[in-house]
Amino acid sequence: MNLDELPRDGRAVVTRLDSTGADRRRLMDLGVLPGIVVRAARISPLGDPTAYLVRGSMIALRRSQARGIHVEPCAEEA
Amino acid sequence: MSVELPMPLSKAPGPSDSPPGHACGSCAVFNVANLERLGVNTASSDFVIALAGNPNTGKSTVFNALTGLRQHVGNWPGTTVVRAEGAFRHQGAAYKVVDLPGTYSLLSSSSDEHAACDFLLFGDPDVTVVVVDATRLERNLNLVLQILQITNRVVIALNLMDEAQRHGISIDTRHLSRELGVPVVPTSARKGRGIPELLEAIAQVAQGRTALKARTTARLAPVVERSVSTLAGQLSAEFPGLANSRWVALRLLEGDPSTERAVRDGSLGDVDRQHSARQRALEAAERTAS
Repeated sequence: MNLDELPRDGRAVVTRLDSTGADRRRLMDLGVLPGIVVRAARISPLGDPTAYLVRGSMIALRRSQARGIHVEPCAEEA
Repeated sequence: MSVELPMPLSKAPGPSDSPPGHACGSCAVFNVANLERLGVNTASSDFVIALAGNPNTGKSTVFNALTGLRQHVGNWPGTTVVRAEGAFRHQGAAYKVVDLPGTYSLLSSSSDEHAACDFLLFGDPDVTVVVVDATRLERNLNLVLQILQITNRVVIALNLMDEAQRHGISIDTRHLSRELGVPVVPTSARKGRGIPELLEAIAQVAQGRTALKARTTARLAPVVERSVSTLAGQLSAEFPGLANSRWVALRLLEGDPSTERAVRDGSLGDVDRQHSARQRALEAAERTAS
């Protein structure tokens, strides 16, 4: 499953990043790495962008960016 | 809400200014020429302190607390986009403080983040104070570890402690300090808490009175390690005295365009000449002392 399909308040573990170069670097700098738990905290009316809670801070991603992040849904606390 | 105009800070007047000819601009404890190339006036300070950290962690508040200046502060990321400078005196030594724009990483491409990185790499400040948001420690440690790859003359200002306490977060600073190998000082710069302790930690690192054993990040895969050491060896041969040859080698392997340029056009060489000049000056000073 990809991150853009995660429902509101859903939690998931990042398994893989598709993006490359500067985009990938940026995501990693913001703490989005394989093994990290993310939560879809706030979803804008059209679902784009969506705010995710990552390591205690909120980051907003466009749907196209979220689509490139592979996740495994999980129930555990972030 | 009133909006304060950012003050021009390049020449901060005040008691912290030393009389001309007093400071040891010639004693080469730091690489004067490179700092001047980067636009820092080093004439009247003994030590150069850089303030780095993620965006919105209170770097400018710490800067103001250290220098007594009123650099523009805002509660949103990206308030400081150009470097601000100030100075203070502590126990008779003059310190120049450089407030850098916030950055999540030393590897990013945006121009303000790049400025911060260049300064840390080539300005070679005597002490780098990394201002860390205590409420988002995990994310902030990414930059801390990157900076520790470049230099071990680091002090961590664990800022926003008041906010962390309000959120019920308590941090074992001694343990953190042991893990990172550098001093960690809890601060609430907004309230002036922890600033005297921070000053003391900065002074100790600047004067080499603290034993620093900076943590090195996880070992690289053998294949990468081999490439890095080969490349670092070649860099050291080409630019003798280059302090961060491994770091530069890693950037080259990543294909970072600005590092490639610096190697190609020899601006890395300028840095290394400064380092050897500093080495020679230090040796000369030792000879006269003995």
